[in-house]
Amino acid sequence: MTESNTNSGQPTAGADVPRRNGELVFEEPWQSRAFGMVVALTENKVCNYEDFRQRLIASIGQWDREHAATPEAVYHYYEHWLESLERLVTEHGLLQEDEIQSRAELLHEQDHHDHD
Amino acid sequence: MSHDYSDDHGNAALRTRAIESLLIEKGYLTTAAIDRLVSAYENDIGPMLGARVVAHAWVDPEFKRRLLADGTKAMRELDVGGFSGENLVVVENGPTLHNVVVCTLCSCYPWSVLGLPPTWYKSPEYRARVVREPRAVLKEFGLDLPPEKQVRVWDSSAEIRYLVLPERPPGTEQMPEAALAELVTRESMIGTGVPQLP
Repeated sequence: MTESNTNSGQPTAGADVPRRNGELVFEEPWQSRAFGMVVALTENKVCNYEDFRQRLIASIGQWDREHAATPEAVYHYYEHWLESLERLVTEHGLLQEDEIQSRAELLHEQDHHDHD
Repeated sequence: MSHDYSDDHGNAALRTRAIESLLIEKGYLTTAAIDRLVSAYENDIGPMLGARVVAHAWVDPEFKRRLLADGTKAMRELDVGGFSGENLVVVENGPTLHNVVVCTLCSCYPWSVLGLPPTWYKSPEYRARVVREPRAVLKEFGLDLPPEKQVRVWDSSAEIRYLVLPERPPGTEQMPEAALAELVTRESMIGTGVPQLP
């Protein structure tokens, strides 16, 4: 694990690298990939971050409305991120919904074939 | 059209892999670009950057003035920030004013200077409550503000990302800048906390 490069060389008690703030940045690898894809697409100027953000707001807003009466409901932020990424790439015509579905099924089959 | 991933993270993982593999095949992205970004946010970009900015503002009043006038531009002097399109506004705490930041609609946050936001910042509870009842929320974070201190809540957006410049703790007048930076917590730069005492 890389150490954070602080000026003093002492371990920091205050602000620190993400892992040592007591929480992982990404709980699961797929979350990190979904995050990286959005930023990479915007860096490449394939998409606009604002286009993604509007979809994220819509996805989150829908959840907020549907769960207003159930405060104990579990909120999965990165599912909204992924849903918004998927909407972004399909609505911009980069990918088709059915090819994403087919590829997901293929990967699922391959995973299970490899484990036999 | 929406897919319910909540019962099956395996499904989310499959769809993510599917999207990634397709986007790479079609030339929109490379694996290396995604890897680089993930690594940057897991290792290099985090609140220690903001802490350096805060400490510098504490020791250098002219820098603080520039920081408050144009956050994005001033931070560049320290090689911090500057992600394209990111407009950073620094809001200063004082004896009669405490600032706290939220993004009520999603999760807008000053990534380039604080890294990615913590889970609680993105939670529906924080997003809704801190605007409605900031003092109660801050109290739950362990910050019990006196009534004479005004609380101001800043709702972030794509256009403006806020960073709180917390008050310098007492008894730190002789401390070097690097040591001051170590007192600055992530929460103090969001507004749900204050810096540590020396």
